[in-house]
Amino acid sequence: MTERPRLAKTTLALLLAIAVLGLAPGTGLQAGAAKKLEIFSWWTAGGEADGLKAMFEVYKKRFPGVEIINATVAGGAGTDAKAVLKTRMLGGKPPDSFQVHGGAELVDTWVKTGFMESLAPLYKSEGWLNAFPKDLVDIVSHQGEQYSVPVNVHRGNVLWFNKKIFDENKLKAPATWDEFFKVAETLKGKGITPLSLGDKNKWEAAHLFEDILAAALGAEGYRGLWTGKTSWEGDGVKRALDTFARILNYVNRDHAAFVWDQAAQMLIDRKAAMNVMGDWAAGYFTAKGWKPNVDYGFAPAPGTAGLFVVVTDTFGLPKKAPNREQALAWLKVAGSKEGQEAFNPLKGSICGRTDCDPKKFDVYLQSSAVDFTKNALLPSEVHGSAAPEGFATIFNDILNLFVTNKDVKAAQAALQKACVANKMCK
Amino acid sequence: MGRGRPRATRVLLYAVLAFFAAFYLMPVYVLVNNGLKSFREVSLSRMWAPPEQATLEGFGKALRELAPNLRNSVVLVVPAALVSAALGSVNGYVLAKWKFAGADIVFPLLLFGMFIPYQSVLIPLVQFLQWLGGLLPVPLYGSITGLVLVHVVYGIPITTLIFRNYYATVPTEIVEAARIDGAGLVGVYRNVILPLSMPAFVVVMIWQVTQIWNEFLFAVIVTSNPAQQPVQVALRNLAGSQIVEWNVQMAGALLAALPPLLVYVFLGRYFLRGLMAGALKG
Amino acid sequence: MRIRRDRALSALILLPSVVAVGVFVYGFIGWTVYVAMSNWNSFVPDLSFAGLRNFADLFQTPRFQIDLGNTLAFTLTFLAGCLGIGLLLAVLLDRQIRGEAFFRNAFLFPMSISFIVGGTVWQWLLNPSTGVNLLLESAGLGVLKSPWYTEPRIAIYAVVIAALWQMSGFTMAMYLAGLRGISDELREAARVDGASDLQLYRHVIIPLLHPITLSAAIVLGHISLKIFDLVFAMTGSGPAFSTDVPGIFMFETTFRGNRFAEGAAISIIMLVMVAVVIIPYLIYSTRTEAEA
Repeated sequence: MTERPRLAKTTLALLLAIAVLGLAPGTGLQAGAAKKLEIFSWWTAGGEADGLKAMFEVYKKRFPGVEIINATVAGGAGTDAKAVLKTRMLGGKPPDSFQVHGGAELVDTWVKTGFMESLAPLYKSEGWLNAFPKDLVDIVSHQGEQYSVPVNVHRGNVLWFNKKIFDENKLKAPATWDEFFKVAETLKGKGITPLSLGDKNKWEAAHLFEDILAAALGAEGYRGLWTGKTSWEGDGVKRALDTFARILNYVNRDHAAFVWDQAAQMLIDRKAAMNVMGDWAAGYFTAKGWKPNVDYGFAPAPGTAGLFVVVTDTFGLPKKAPNREQALAWLKVAGSKEGQEAFNPLKGSICGRTDCDPKKFDVYLQSSAVDFTKNALLPSEVHGSAAPEGFATIFNDILNLFVTNKDVKAAQAALQKACVANKMCK
Repeated sequence: MGRGRPRATRVLLYAVLAFFAAFYLMPVYVLVNNGLKSFREVSLSRMWAPPEQATLEGFGKALRELAPNLRNSVVLVVPAALVSAALGSVNGYVLAKWKFAGADIVFPLLLFGMFIPYQSVLIPLVQFLQWLGGLLPVPLYGSITGLVLVHVVYGIPITTLIFRNYYATVPTEIVEAARIDGAGLVGVYRNVILPLSMPAFVVVMIWQVTQIWNEFLFAVIVTSNPAQQPVQVALRNLAGSQIVEWNVQMAGALLAALPPLLVYVFLGRYFLRGLMAGALKG
Repeated sequence: MRIRRDRALSALILLPSVVAVGVFVYGFIGWTVYVAMSNWNSFVPDLSFAGLRNFADLFQTPRFQIDLGNTLAFTLTFLAGCLGIGLLLAVLLDRQIRGEAFFRNAFLFPMSISFIVGGTVWQWLLNPSTGVNLLLESAGLGVLKSPWYTEPRIAIYAVVIAALWQMSGFTMAMYLAGLRGISDELREAARVDGASDLQLYRHVIIPLLHPITLSAAIVLGHISLKIFDLVFAMTGSGPAFSTDVPGIFMFETTFRGNRFAEGAAISIIMLVMVAVVIIPYLIYSTRTEAEA
């Protein structure tokens, strides 16, 4: 035998050995008969993953001997994760508990369709009806019964600004969009991009518009959009779209090239002065070594003082959960003070509960927690709470077109059509 | 060279090649450069600037996170590529050299499977894998075994195509001669065809290894437990839902690309030879 | 006797593949057609018959019309670019180049990188304010600066650049293999006849490479018509859907919007587009073989 065939044979044997390994049943599944709990979420990295692990630790302390399967799927704000989850649920393979935005995403997609078990008994036995604000409990309820446990709350309507730029130019955070335009003119005159935007993933533009809508319509008008009481073709929405079109004159021209965190980075790099984004931006600033009230300032998005756009992650119980008992125990942890205090400081959000210890949170989150108890809580459309997912998808599409063509009439007509198609209005 | 071509053309030739090489390698610079930065430093606006303080923190973190998934990918890719290559080889042989009635219909029908948009089959796929896994002692949905099956099946069209086209270039006389000597279907394959197949196997293995290694959609849908996920899924998972550590991402992307890259660098020559031997001619 | 046994054996060998492809391809396509003609447009499966309504709705959706245009523009430029660059590089590499292995590997390696990684890197590279524009500027080529994928009219071509980076090495390899397969005698003969290099390529070599062009076009064509990962990671839908493709629309319609029947209808249309390209090729190739 010459060298070559022997080498080829050895290689082949090696490959076959690996192949057998791959085909062998149950690779990596030999965990034995221990109790299991599979938690599905899109918290794959950074503070949110750390927070989730901290909550798992609380669980393990209370319920030792359970193997936790941390089924996470990443992707921009859970887009991939939701596709995986839907495929699993339709395929009849639900996890024991999964992350879901409170509101329409929970109710319309999962509850009305009969996939979820009611958690009303759990809310009673754990005394949660008093632990969470009523507006928040309403967001996770359908026909008077609760279906998921809100673990955290992010605020959607926040204006962030580079404090040094503002101080140097003796500017104050604009309280209304009219004030914003004045500030923006001043900044533009100095050659600074007033507002940074990164709408590569579409939702970022919709997020900005959602805050403009809240400013233009107020709490009642804004809530009415999702129930058909406020018309999409009315003056309020028209004003909001006009304002949005005007704002777009003050954003960076290459906004389609950025995602939200790159837009936030523009503040750090002094490439822009302001940014409107949910308060996960604070987590980004912290990770980049930027300090609240020193490097950056924050205020409610213009015209939304007194309003708090809620983005809440919750966990629910699917009907066919393979390990129902462990899942219920998990939900108890997720709704407990201890669980939420372990999770939220790491995640950079405030508790869904109102009794968390403020000392565990930074300056920004403390102020957010105060607003949370005082303000009118509004459901976020972009982050799944206000309208069915069918509407949310089209809403993003409509605004993506609007950002380029600024056609107010067409946008209003399309929004109304989507509203009817999704049975939100007649 | 040696043909006395004017010098200027020669210089231009190298200039064009160098330009394209720069174009192809530019992304590698970005990956390496930003992979070597710390999270605080990494930023889109300074993507070209070399790191102020190069650190292996990104690579270290990526390697720690991805190591088990790299192993999963190897365990996935090797059997899937081998089995689909083996199936492609015997299919190609039968279709090229034993034309029975209906072969002309079977081949295009198999081939067409290459072209379906995979997003459209996800839901029936999950249901089918669950059902089939229920009949077998091995769970298919949620396991690497299931993913191997999926890649083997969707690999059949391309592997069959490559082998069939390659075997079509084998002179029929050789096959006939072997048959006159008394060899049957199996005998001809073992004694005549298989020894000639190395170039086609190289092409098929390279193609399948890179395709399966880099595939994301099936991987993310079929394996939900992180302990079972291949590296491409884990790579996506390096990014959080909101904050992306770009330095770790870039380092991870390089690590995940390394194995197929090595396959290319070491087998590239054979790939070319295989192509020359007719493996991908129409 | 032996022949009959061999015939049965050959059918037996094909059987597993035929069954597997039958289920995973044709079975699932059948399922998708069935869903596409149903009313399943919320999360609860509703398989009642809707006829062709989902298709009619789709063709009236502005986004889908844009998508079809994008797919066409993308496919044509991607194919032309891949074949052109691939041929150019192969011809250049075929001229006894020093460091051929280096160049060949440099051109070929992007094929080993996943579309998701490629898309992400090119998102950075073609960012108008920080990417290659900065390089061009510092090289004194400021005139070549471009808004790339942020300008709706040209955005799709920015994606084509990324796709070319990823796949043109593959056509290069195929052409190079083809060129190496052309005998030196043939070239010499043409030279003796007084043909210039250019004529040699135009009249002798390129026609001989025809079969390679065809199979490369088929492989690239189906990648391009189904393209998803690359665009998804690089630009997503793009400003005013300028880089949106049916693959992304299908994914969002189905898995974000819960409009399963409409999503299935998009898949079927994608499949038909692919079939329109592929089936003539399949017929052509079986026919030419029968003649040969």
